[in-house]
Amino acid sequence: MSDAMYRDQILDHYKHPHNQGHLDKPDARFSDNNPLCGDEIEVFLKIGKDAKGKAIIADVKFKGQGCAISTASASMLTDEIKGLTLDQIKALTRDDVFKMLGVPISPARVKCALLSLKAIKAAVYAYLGQKLNEKVE
Amino acid sequence: MAKQKPSNASFNVEKIRADFPILKRRFGKNKLAYLDNAASAQKPQAVIDALADFYANHYSNVHRSVSTLAMEATDAFESARETVAQHVGAQTEEIVFTRNTSESINLVAYAWGNANVKAGDAIVITEMDHHSNLVPWQQLALLKKAELHYIPVEDAGEQNGQLDADFEFPENTKLFAFPHVSNVLGTVNDIKGWSQKAKFEAPGTTVVVDGAAGAPHFQLDLPASGADFYAFSGHKMCGPMGSGVLWGKKEILQEMPPFLFGGSMISKVEKEKTTWADLPAKFEAGTPNAADAVGLAAAINYLNKIGLKKIHDHEIKLADYACEELAKINGVTLYGPNGNASYATGKNGKDHVAKKPNVEKAQNRVGIVAFNLDGVHAHDLGSILDQDAIAIRSGHHCAQALMERLNVAATARASFYLYNTQEEVDRLVQGVKRVKKIFS
Repeated sequence: MSDAMYRDQILDHYKHPHNQGHLDKPDARFSDNNPLCGDEIEVFLKIGKDAKGKAIIADVKFKGQGCAISTASASMLTDEIKGLTLDQIKALTRDDVFKMLGVPISPARVKCALLSLKAIKAAVYAYLGQKLNEKVE
Repeated sequence: MAKQKPSNASFNVEKIRADFPILKRRFGKNKLAYLDNAASAQKPQAVIDALADFYANHYSNVHRSVSTLAMEATDAFESARETVAQHVGAQTEEIVFTRNTSESINLVAYAWGNANVKAGDAIVITEMDHHSNLVPWQQLALLKKAELHYIPVEDAGEQNGQLDADFEFPENTKLFAFPHVSNVLGTVNDIKGWSQKAKFEAPGTTVVVDGAAGAPHFQLDLPASGADFYAFSGHKMCGPMGSGVLWGKKEILQEMPPFLFGGSMISKVEKEKTTWADLPAKFEAGTPNAADAVGLAAAINYLNKIGLKKIHDHEIKLADYACEELAKINGVTLYGPNGNASYATGKNGKDHVAKKPNVEKAQNRVGIVAFNLDGVHAHDLGSILDQDAIAIRSGHHCAQALMERLNVAATARASFYLYNTQEEVDRLVQGVKRVKKIFS
């Protein structure tokens, strides 16, 4: 019998999540939940600029209550996206998350695995929308 | 192991299991251990046959054509209504078929609530209500600018998992809705005691009982229950999906305006106005789930042949055994009656003395066991148990107000019914131990 989903890497991130906490005065934040299980996540983003002046993720934190899959996913993904441009974040797909997790995600748990990506993308879009408003105004 | 042999010799669980085709399924090398009965119960061959027979031999629309076939279909549908009525001690015309408990409660909220609840009235519900008996009243209260009050759930000692018997109903209470049985805690609420208390403290209160988690376990005499409405779902008592029931007192149903308009629910339609049909057709617009009603009647007959009391005794034995064994695992928290959980938000040091309404000890739970394992999310627990073909529910169980009260995001829940065995409980306990090992 395999417990393929619960490899050490997943359990390590679950027990000792990276980037957990919150950021003071974040440039963007977004809360989301998984109505199926009641998991909640809130992500905080600091936006900076790279050498070419492109907007990038300077820092990211998350907080929330979640299962091993959603917590490990948030932990790894927040590591992964530091320094990425906002365009690169927008281009991230579910397959990128599955590859990053490196374990087979059962259909019942796909939403858990993707909750953090959804929240991060929503925070980025919220940030872009806010910038757009500032420009228009 | 304690409680090995059921004291009730005539209750033969192996014989019962043979009636349920799905229990023969294997997942990998594992037999299915279906411990998710509070979500929905499996179907015996008798119910599957009744559905097949209706479709294969007697199918037509009901209450319309004059053909022999249409008469057979109508007779089957109406005799299903009689079976349900007899089962709950009601008059036939007091039984309204719906899709499920949610639809039954919405029917009352839209039809009775809209006509009777005004700004400034109070609606009382409980912290242990399923969303199906919470959201309709919350929305009605918002719409009507009525007050919404919650009866707290106790967290101390003998009253653990019970409704706070000291709650005082506001004088302006118009409606009181509560669950017969908590779908998470397994607590059985005393319908008569609570109805009497509500009507004594706030005369004129109408009482709505969510029976989704109660009807599968108890013999009911609804007219004597003290409630004005009782809603339940067929699928949780071995009946088909899509078979729901609303029972209401005849005099209230007669006064109540219809909920859905359309075919079947009319007596006469003119261009400018419509006269409603008599009960219960007034509340059954459109082509009904006739086949599912027939299936529900077959389920009721099946359960009655075995005996609800015997089924209840059997499932309580399993629940007690599960609680006993799970409590031995370090890090397991059990919720509800006989549980070991104390929710951090309890009333400070107040001595909870049992007052009326009360429950008889033997009746105070059904076979539902909600629990958590320290450091493990219920979803992970559920996923790992699933690898052993043990089906439980994990999540908020459509009871987020209760989750807030328990100070948890989610719980695991094992729920037992007539076909479950002690061996399956042992597998559950072993599974939880395995989860603990994986996460340690």
